[in-house]
Amino acid sequence: MRDFTWIEVKVKDSFDDPLGRGVKEDINKFFSEEVTGVTAIKVYVISRDFSKEQLQTIGPALHDPIIEECKINSHLASNVDFSWLVEVGFRPGVKDNLGNTAKIAIEDALDIKFSGSEGVYSFTQFLLKGDISEKEVEGIANGLLGNRLINSFNITPSKKLDGLKRTIPEIKLRLKQIVERINLQLDDEAMMRLSQERLLALSIEELKAIRGHFKKPSQMRNSLGLGEDPTDVELECIAQTWSEHCKHKIFNAEITHKEPGKTEIVDGCFKSFIKNPTKEIGKKIDWLVSVFDDNAGIIKFNDKFNLVFKVETHNSPSALDPYGGALTGIVGVNRDPLGAGTGSRLIANTDVFCFAPPNFSGDVPKMLLHPRRVFEGVRRGVEHGGNKSGIPTVNGCIVFDERYLGKPLVFCGTLGIAPSKINGKPTHIKTISPEDLVVIAGGRTGLDGVHGATFSSEKLNERSPTSAVQIGDPFTQKKLADFLLEARNSELYTALTDNGAGGISSSVGEISRLCGGCKIQLKDVPLKYEGLQPWEILVSESQERMTLAVPKEKIAKLKELAALHDVGVAVIGEFTKTGNFHILFGQDTVALLDLDFLHNGCPKLRLEAEWNPTSSESAAFSFMKDFGSTLKSLLSSPNICSKEQVVRQYDHEVQGGSIIKPLCGNDGPSDAAVLLPLESMENHSFQGVGISNGICPKFSEFDTYHMAANAMDEAIRNLVAVGGDISKIALVDNFCWPDPVFHPESNPDGKHKLAQLVRANKAIKDYALAFGTPFISGKDSMKNDFHAGNVKISVPPTLLISAIGNIEDVKKCITMDFKNRGDVIYLLGITRNELGGSELFMHLKINGGDVPTVDACLAKNLYIAVGSAIKEGVLNSCHDCSDGGLAVAVAESSFAGGLGAEVDLSLVQSSGHLDDCTILFSETPSRFVVSVAPESQSRFEELLASCAFSKIGIVKPGKSLVIKGQKGNFIIDEGIEGLKSAWQGGLK
Amino acid sequence: MKVKSLLIMGYGVNCEKEMALGYSMAGATPKFAHINAILQSKVRIFDYDIINFPGGFSFGDELGAAKALANKVTFSKLKNGRTLREELVGFVHHGGYIFGVCNGFQLLVRLGLLPNLSGEQEVSLAYNSSGKFEDRWVLHKINPLSPCVFTKGLDTIYLPVRHGEGRFCAKNSGVLKQIISENLVALQYCDPEGNPTMSYPQNPNGSLESIGGICDRTGRIFGMMAHPEAFLLFYNHPLWTRMIKSKIDTPNIIEGGGLTIFKNVVKNAQGDKK
Repeated sequence: MRDFTWIEVKVKDSFDDPLGRGVKEDINKFFSEEVTGVTAIKVYVISRDFSKEQLQTIGPALHDPIIEECKINSHLASNVDFSWLVEVGFRPGVKDNLGNTAKIAIEDALDIKFSGSEGVYSFTQFLLKGDISEKEVEGIANGLLGNRLINSFNITPSKKLDGLKRTIPEIKLRLKQIVERINLQLDDEAMMRLSQERLLALSIEELKAIRGHFKKPSQMRNSLGLGEDPTDVELECIAQTWSEHCKHKIFNAEITHKEPGKTEIVDGCFKSFIKNPTKEIGKKIDWLVSVFDDNAGIIKFNDKFNLVFKVETHNSPSALDPYGGALTGIVGVNRDPLGAGTGSRLIANTDVFCFAPPNFSGDVPKMLLHPRRVFEGVRRGVEHGGNKSGIPTVNGCIVFDERYLGKPLVFCGTLGIAPSKINGKPTHIKTISPEDLVVIAGGRTGLDGVHGATFSSEKLNERSPTSAVQIGDPFTQKKLADFLLEARNSELYTALTDNGAGGISSSVGEISRLCGGCKIQLKDVPLKYEGLQPWEILVSESQERMTLAVPKEKIAKLKELAALHDVGVAVIGEFTKTGNFHILFGQDTVALLDLDFLHNGCPKLRLEAEWNPTSSESAAFSFMKDFGSTLKSLLSSPNICSKEQVVRQYDHEVQGGSIIKPLCGNDGPSDAAVLLPLESMENHSFQGVGISNGICPKFSEFDTYHMAANAMDEAIRNLVAVGGDISKIALVDNFCWPDPVFHPESNPDGKHKLAQLVRANKAIKDYALAFGTPFISGKDSMKNDFHAGNVKISVPPTLLISAIGNIEDVKKCITMDFKNRGDVIYLLGITRNELGGSELFMHLKINGGDVPTVDACLAKNLYIAVGSAIKEGVLNSCHDCSDGGLAVAVAESSFAGGLGAEVDLSLVQSSGHLDDCTILFSETPSRFVVSVAPESQSRFEELLASCAFSKIGIVKPGKSLVIKGQKGNFIIDEGIEGLKSAWQGGLK
Repeated sequence: MKVKSLLIMGYGVNCEKEMALGYSMAGATPKFAHINAILQSKVRIFDYDIINFPGGFSFGDELGAAKALANKVTFSKLKNGRTLREELVGFVHHGGYIFGVCNGFQLLVRLGLLPNLSGEQEVSLAYNSSGKFEDRWVLHKINPLSPCVFTKGLDTIYLPVRHGEGRFCAKNSGVLKQIISENLVALQYCDPEGNPTMSYPQNPNGSLESIGGICDRTGRIFGMMAHPEAFLLFYNHPLWTRMIKSKIDTPNIIEGGGLTIFKNVVKNAQGDKK
């Protein structure tokens, strides 16, 4: 074995090392208090020989001479007092962003180029000092310092330092490429075995349809010697294209839906409940540009620009490796607006997470990670994904529920903006002509992400492949995005699309339909390393790649621009009009698939749903005496408390257009984000865009119909609260469901879950039509279950509604914090006895009660009136009244404004008589807490004349929140600083 | 003739667009150039009055903020055989201005262009004491005695910091003393009364002597951690909705406090042209 050069870097002893210190604190907190010191050392191992002079240059290129020290080919650890050394590396094939950057740095410093087989591999050594056993060290290694799915660990006691051996994570693959013929002339059982073994996730009906199709080979197929058996390339390509992830089979399924006394046939949830209502609404508005046809929804911003929006999930990978999964998720969804139409500039990210509580103390099933780790990993992934891409993360929320232990939900959204026309041509339309070149741009292709689409279409289990775990690379993608926007503006391509799930097979397969075929040479796809099988090249989901259609006369210019941006581009084939998806590997045709069959040949799924409403019991609970301490408990509960520590680690202001930030006033919680795109600023315009989210899985157990209605109302209400105009709000849906396909053994309540899906969809339709808010894009993830042995953990049916709203003048926007003493406090909307699923009931562990319901007519009326009031400037603050009800909303507005308040519950308009507790904590939707200057009261009341509102109190100069009960007694009298510190301390 | 300001982009730099807007608003003509266009001698820095290294995450900050970019500037040669670092030194020598924000400041420090006492790297911007990236608005006290042309006439400035590596460190106490005694400290993180502070979060990263930005002896090379280009409009201020007494008569305030920095350098560069 050859020797490698290795370089070690650590922070000098004379400087503080917050990273080592942080690791020590975490070890002490979660593993062992015996560890008294942690020193971190970075190690770069280089598989290349250097001269002495070269070595002298490499050191300074890899470390900071002021705060760091560096050694070549010897151990810095030998000067450190420690007990155990843990060296964490990456497993073969896992992306090593640090190693790659080190390689570039060395190339620049020495003016050399590494060959394909030479590389730089990064490791991190943690030197632990303390009296702990090897077993404890192993626990710390896999439980904190790395993740065995992606990392290798080398654990050595200090006395054996000199004998430290490391293995370089080089990929070793078969060097011979083989294309197999797959015999499908098998019985059902054997076919299903084949599907499982190859991780195809195909059903028996689908396998039969494939077999049937290949039985009648075309002439061309025969002439190429392909015959009646599909090749592995073909089968893999079909499996990816037909995966639940890509094809949304459940959302398109024909469903027989039974409710007591009624049976109906639903001809596709998507078509019936999402697409058709949007079509209806589209007849009345003029700002829908491209909905449901592209990677993202496109709406009109103004005469010159369009907005492009998409939200996605990345749940399964985030369960296995939270950091890599979330990072890949966010940079992955970035490519949707980037690849919609002819591309858009990305201006904002959103992130919504569902986790088990971080202080979860029960057993965590083997293979799963503790929710605390999932939380931190996902958070860091989204931090790096957004920050390093220069996209502000402006809005989001976190929902905690133990049922997310098996699969966390990680929703990432991205908003883009694009000129509506370039050189007279509309940018929302992709065009491709036969003979245009198929060009792949961005990162290289490797084994990473092989089978991602089919993997995420199955439940998580012990056999889930590690290749599905990837680490995104925002740096490579930022270069790609810069390059693409310049290429778009110079019209160097006519169509582009993201290589996401299913890789080239999906992306090229999909856009080939625009011209009717393509011919791809797999040997021209740039690879990370040799030895990939043809089918692997085709379905690999390696990140940061986009596919372009480039007219031949533009290719030279495109390549020149790519070179300037240091972005890889390669011509991998041509578009055709043959009707075929034709794949070559060298001289051999390895796949010849009829495009029509590939995209339309998947048999329609037929499913059964059965809805048995649970009778709602009214919940009895003993009367509470101490409302003040209950309020504090709610403020510090994980769902309500401040997410400041998360928010501040996201750059939420890059691009200079931040108008309403995630934290308002004295760090209070904003209802929605508002930003002013640079495109507006450059044109001296104040037209902006608002972004918000609504999610309430806590109501799913009652009725998913109301869960969905509440999520929609919440998203819209949040946007209205900052100054959004309900007539200009567009929505995106994201369904994350437990498996809704019935199976007598593995999924006996599948019919119920499917009925829950149907009911949520019905709500979406009803409320979209009632509010006049169209859906412009969406996504569904249908297998959010974890299964191992006897343990099955399923997520509650979860629907995220994300909203964007066109805001005419951001100068009119308002925030949720009380502004001035003497301002009058109003509660808008009627309060009902709706404590079912509320934060109060969760806190008191009470089941039952009445679930909040949305009266769309009243709500819409109110939202229009509030919109006018904000436009006229008569509101000084407006806050959404939701989790924790009136009490929490008033408390938040108070401490965010640094002002006290006095509120009288006897003035609250309610439906029937309600006790004080219900008025304080009921979560009736469609309500706001607002404050109005005394001189604006009459105008305000005039504008709200047709709505329900109650004048409930006044903003006070003092520092206490005083709430009077209906009998005139003071039921809450709390200092706002105390309330605020409860709220801020929730996640600490 | 209008002042020409060049914004160097590429490899993960990401604040160039709003910085360009700042220059437009300040009356200059901004222009973008990918750093490779300069290295390939397609763009000449000497055709510009101000060279800017905007914020961002060059090379993903993988080797430490701006380290890999600094290597490129130090080692890659232009067609004339000189490195970009050598060109920048010549540019300042000819009276040009260089501005680095956040990642750009980290770059200038690594290149030894700031504080430029010896030409070698003398200071560094290490990981924040908190160990975290942080986005928060902080108040800065301007040093009135500093030769820095960018901060002239300012007393304090309120701007957002958005970084994980901003803790100012010096090679030794001699260097630190010299930076202070020569008034190369242009601005410091301070408390609401304007006193430089070491207490978190007013000093967001634990910087030595609360240093938030320094200049060279000419005052024409300047770097700072906070982002003036993020406060071009009054409406970027985190408390703007509290600063308007009554929403009914929204005053016609448009400009944000960060713009002054751009106006200062543009005004100076304009003066040089006369």
